[in-house]
Amino acid sequence: MSQRSALMGPALRMGGLVLALVLLVVVGVATGGERFWSFGNFTTILSLAAVIGVVSIGMTFVITSGGIDLSVGSVLGLASIWASTLATQYAAEDYGWWVIVVTAMAVGLGAGLVNGALIAYGKVPAFIATLAMLAAARGLAEIIAGRRTQVVQVDAFFDVFQAKPLGLPVIVWIFVVVAAAGWFLLNRTTFGRRTVAVGGNPEASRLAGIKIKRHTLYLYALSGLAAGIGGVMILARTTAGSSTNGLFYELDAIAAVVVGGTLLVGGRGTITGTVLGVLIFATLTNVFVINNIDSSVQAIAKGAIIVFAVLLQQWFASRERVSAT
Amino acid sequence: MVDADPQPTEQPAQQPLLRMRGIVKEFPGARALDGVDLEVRPGEVHCLLGQNGAGKSTLIKTLAGAHQPTAGEILIDEEPVVIANPVAALRLGIATIYQELDVVDGLTVAENIYLGHELATGGVTRRSEAARNTRKILDRLGHKEISPHREVGSLPAAGKQIVQLARALSRDARVVIMDEPSAVLDSEEVGNLHRIVRELTADGVAVVYISHRLEEIRQLGDRITVLKDGRTVAESLTVADTPTKELIQLMTGRSVEYAFPDRPGVAEDAAPVLQVEGLGLGDVFADVSLTVRAGEIVGLAGLVGSGRSEILETIYGARKATSGTVRVGGKRLRSGVDAAVSAGIGLCPEERKSQGLILDEPVYRNITLSTFSRMARAGLLDERAERAAAREQVEALDLRPAGVERSARTLSGGNQQKALLARWLVHGCRVLLLDEPTRGVDVGARAEIYNLIRRLADDGAAVVVVSSEIPEVLGLADRVLVISDGKAVHEGPAREIDEHAVLDLVMEGSVA
Ligand SMILES: Nc1ncnc2c1ncn2[C@@H]1O[C@H](COP(=O)(O)OP(=O)(O)OP(=O)(O)O)[C@@H](O)[C@H]1O
Ligand SMILES: [Mg+2]
Repeated sequence: MSQRSALMGPALRMGGLVLALVLLVVVGVATGGERFWSFGNFTTILSLAAVIGVVSIGMTFVITSGGIDLSVGSVLGLASIWASTLATQYAAEDYGWWVIVVTAMAVGLGAGLVNGALIAYGKVPAFIATLAMLAAARGLAEIIAGRRTQVVQVDAFFDVFQAKPLGLPVIVWIFVVVAAAGWFLLNRTTFGRRTVAVGGNPEASRLAGIKIKRHTLYLYALSGLAAGIGGVMILARTTAGSSTNGLFYELDAIAAVVVGGTLLVGGRGTITGTVLGVLIFATLTNVFVINNIDSSVQAIAKGAIIVFAVLLQQWFASRERVSAT
Repeated sequence: MVDADPQPTEQPAQQPLLRMRGIVKEFPGARALDGVDLEVRPGEVHCLLGQNGAGKSTLIKTLAGAHQPTAGEILIDEEPVVIANPVAALRLGIATIYQELDVVDGLTVAENIYLGHELATGGVTRRSEAARNTRKILDRLGHKEISPHREVGSLPAAGKQIVQLARALSRDARVVIMDEPSAVLDSEEVGNLHRIVRELTADGVAVVYISHRLEEIRQLGDRITVLKDGRTVAESLTVADTPTKELIQLMTGRSVEYAFPDRPGVAEDAAPVLQVEGLGLGDVFADVSLTVRAGEIVGLAGLVGSGRSEILETIYGARKATSGTVRVGGKRLRSGVDAAVSAGIGLCPEERKSQGLILDEPVYRNITLSTFSRMARAGLLDERAERAAAREQVEALDLRPAGVERSARTLSGGNQQKALLARWLVHGCRVLLLDEPTRGVDVGARAEIYNLIRRLADDGAAVVVVSSEIPEVLGLADRVLVISDGKAVHEGPAREIDEHAVLDLVMEGSVA
């Protein structure tokens, strides 16, 4: 009995998210007809979701641990710029397309390690450290780019990334793989358990022998790495590195994670919820675009959804706990 | 309003101040209260007794407005009332000290005491007045040394308990409810607490008192109501006429031998497992040396605030020692908790809620918090092994309810304590550091825990126990270290010293 009621909460939440997604699809079909309900448009939605999606998976880990990473959008932009500089492109021509991929991932990982080191060992609050990175990474991206976009001209890169295995773009598959790996990591591994434990009660985790500093470092590195992968994906989608790539992605990612049901205070995280949250926002954007609705209205709708989802979350939480011990 | 009567229990005709009838409380999946009756008269100390999980805390939470009863009736001055929330309870003159500390760490002592009923004029707090009153209340509690401006987070657990007590006193209540207030206090503090309780009752205030220490109930209580499995099994027994044996029988449904396990004696040549030399921590304690051999239990006795908990935490690496060394099995320990844990040291911390448990995680994950990595293969969790290990300990410790999937939050205080002990039993420690291991644990389970600690020692563990109950330290340990003011003032076999001697040593030390 108690077991069932403990499981009911998450199941209900997921049910609610699926319901919201179905409703959006119904609205899309009703207002957009064929323009919405086509394989081509679904591919568009998924490609849109893929980049934010990968970033959001990394963010899910950070938020589950009770932290926050505000720098992901800027880091993604920096990674895309760095991976599309002429120098990188020449190297890619010489050695292979993977140079671009590795460069972006290394930039993301590096930025994440800096965040993590500041937070874990420098005792800088996550909000401040990653806010600083948000500003610094964007600035560095602008310097490197000289405020120009850098078109990628490495054919081999596009041969790989513009392929469509089973009809879907490679970046969508990357999202699928990252989400699956993220789910596995969070739910089936000691890394995931530590993440939840640290988010639930850092002091108790520390006293139980969990190396919370090292784990914190890994978490932000992971989030940075996800942003780096996002940088590659955006190159594949838009064919160009730009210092404005990934602008405000941190907000979209946090929104998707929170709407998905991960607790902002830490201690509970859900990859499935994050994926649904990302899909909901992507579909919403798509429905608005199809109906030529102003992007300001879009922003208002997004805000409303976030508030509604958080209210719902609190309602569930209060029902589950009844009252604090 | 209420006529003070020094001996209210002598007047059976007196009208009850508070009456609860047929109280039922259901949680999703659990019926915590199943028909409880309680009658409290003005000026009496009414004790609530019952095993861990019997429903005592839940009952008083319905009184405090923290829970709504599913069924039943609450009457005050024979008038039915609805206590919709904590503020309503305070308005009715019911002040509560919860079992789990509920102070706000970031606020000062005075701010905590006046939290929710701030002294203010037009929204501006009258800070000096609050500080003055706070000083008065603390003085009455015998704690002049706590400054009203001190941040509560910097106080030890016992200090926080004092703040909770002060908060309840600041309310001018007619009924003061105390849920295990003495659990974290040492004997001197308990004496203070009892004095306050007597002062309150002399003024006609009714005190509802929950405790697992039966001797204390003997000293302090007027009448007793016993709960078992959410029901009242005996209502308003007179303390003086009810033998302890009968109380235990009522609570547990069986008779429990309230005795400490035999001390087999440690072999002279037993290998020293834990060696602490010249350990110090800033101005908290200095030059503590201690050797614990395999199979030995060493007790640390002393007043709250004498540095006992800090000594344990420093040995464990949770605090960074400013001097001295710790060796386990002859090997010098690196600093840091993780090094201690991998060397086989376990610590049951003093504050189970903030330092021990992850309240929203299932019981089994709390039990395996320090072992899940070890049980995992190549980083993959083995939840089946985790559940099995947890179930085994739940059974061994008679943790109730026995389900390992429920969240730790839904366990009663004493059962949460058992879950913490279970963590280190699964870990299989060479050195076990126990800070108040029976805090909030009922009589029956207490005996179990004593036996268990002794069994662990017999299996070769080195155990260090801190307890505020001196008889517990003396009864359980082979050797005692008396700590006073951050210094070890005495070390010797537990058999050769009694409670008074310990108290004398402690006092001398703090005067010197
Ligand atoms: N929020 C909750 N959800 C579900 N069950 C709960 C909840 N709170 C308490 N319980 C259950 O209600 C029962 C009574 O708990 P309660 O805390 O009142 O016990 P107690 O008598 O105070 O025990 P202790 O002496 O250990 O403090 C226990 O079985 C406990 O597990
Ligand atoms: Mg209780």
